[in-house]
Amino acid sequence: MAKLRVATTSLAGCFGCHMSLLDIDERFLQLIELVEFNRSPLTDIKHCDPCDIGLIEGGVCNAENVHVLREFRKNCKVLVALGACAVNGGLPAQRNHLDLHTILEEVYHTAPGLAAGSQIPDDPELPLLLNKVHPIHEVVKIDYFLPGCPPSGDAIWKFLTDLIAGRTPHLGHQLMHYD
Amino acid sequence: MSDDSQTGTFLLDDEEIPFTRGQTVIQAARAAGKYIPHLCWHPDFKAHGSCKLCTIKANGRLGAACTLEAQDGMAVENRTPELDDKRRTLLQLLFVEGNHFCPSCEKSGNCVLQATAYDLGMMTPHFDMFYPDRPVDASHPDMLLDFNRCILCELCVQASRDVDGKNVFALSGRGIQSHLIVNAESRRLADTDFSATDRAASICPVGVILKKRVGFAIPIGERTYDAAPISQVDIAKENT
Ligand code: SF4
Ligand code: SF4
Ligand code: FES
Repeated sequence: MAKLRVATTSLAGCFGCHMSLLDIDERFLQLIELVEFNRSPLTDIKHCDPCDIGLIEGGVCNAENVHVLREFRKNCKVLVALGACAVNGGLPAQRNHLDLHTILEEVYHTAPGLAAGSQIPDDPELPLLLNKVHPIHEVVKIDYFLPGCPPSGDAIWKFLTDLIAGRTPHLGHQLMHYD
Repeated sequence: MSDDSQTGTFLLDDEEIPFTRGQTVIQAARAAGKYIPHLCWHPDFKAHGSCKLCTIKANGRLGAACTLEAQDGMAVENRTPELDDKRRTLLQLLFVEGNHFCPSCEKSGNCVLQATAYDLGMMTPHFDMFYPDRPVDASHPDMLLDFNRCILCELCVQASRDVDGKNVFALSGRGIQSHLIVNAESRRLADTDFSATDRAASICPVGVILKKRVGFAIPIGERTYDAAPISQVDIAKENT
């Protein structure tokens, strides 16, 4: 059987979900018998080829996140929201009830202890922030959701092996966590 | 059952459940070790019938198991895919209407809403998030109110009024505007006679009414519903 092609990315996440993927430990050797990694922080490939599975960590907090998410949706047959932030915005979304400009002012300009002349960064290379952080299902269609902050290595393993074997992923009580 | 008989049986997902006259479907089911998902109902309080999570089909008609009295010979559907789908949708609506960031919630692992969502296999809130703005009330020396997680079950209202005799809480507003308020002119908990030993201080099924300075005493992963699913814990409680 040809290997399935898998792409992964971290949007507005902390890379915890990717670290958790590495927590499958020696099972990673089994995994790479079954899949090859395409665009991913693990390969440093910068753009998606057509893939079977896309794993998205993090919600969307800026314009670049939206572009990357759309690239994944365009290229991946099955798109998975991996972890709490992708599923419901998570910790970054806890800024959503605050005004964006007020936050930036406070962090970069008025907070005590900043270097003299500190300003809100405005380098044109920096992606523009969205007013609110959104979970990814508000932007593109998502096929599967794997909650958890992060989902445990065991949960990711169970989920991926189900998916790769063509079964509907099922976690069961032990592996189902929102925290 | 004849008119003067005090007991009877009904079928719950094809299993025979005994009941005594006046028992609701959920009371009889629970006494027989059968879990019917529920949020606003608590065995120690009068049924409130608002969350509809306990919706069952009795003789083909939808009803709330916490308010519907058991009747002899009734056929009740409970854990069918159709009803669990509806229940999951109700949960998803609750999750998007509030701010439920479980990883940073002290109630995580002990939370009835979360545990029920686990039991029903809710993998996603599905709908667009509301992200409402609901400031916390940390004014009280011993207790914290985080309104972001309120599911409007009114258990705190009942407990404070009927057990503590204090009337600290009330619901205000209608529909999507309804919200929990504190009965003080300032609307602050510190300006009430609320105490950490009140029944209302330990009744909240979610992470709204929290004791200060005991946070994370039991680590995440070792809490009530980490050990066993709510369908088992809820029944075990009945039998202790
Ligand atoms: S109240 Fe329950 S569902 Fe809401 S954030 Fe806390 S643990 Fe999660
Ligand atoms: S604060 Fe808790 S107990 Fe009170 S209505 Fe809200 S969810 Fe129910
Ligand atoms: S538990 Fe019956 S309506 Fe809420």
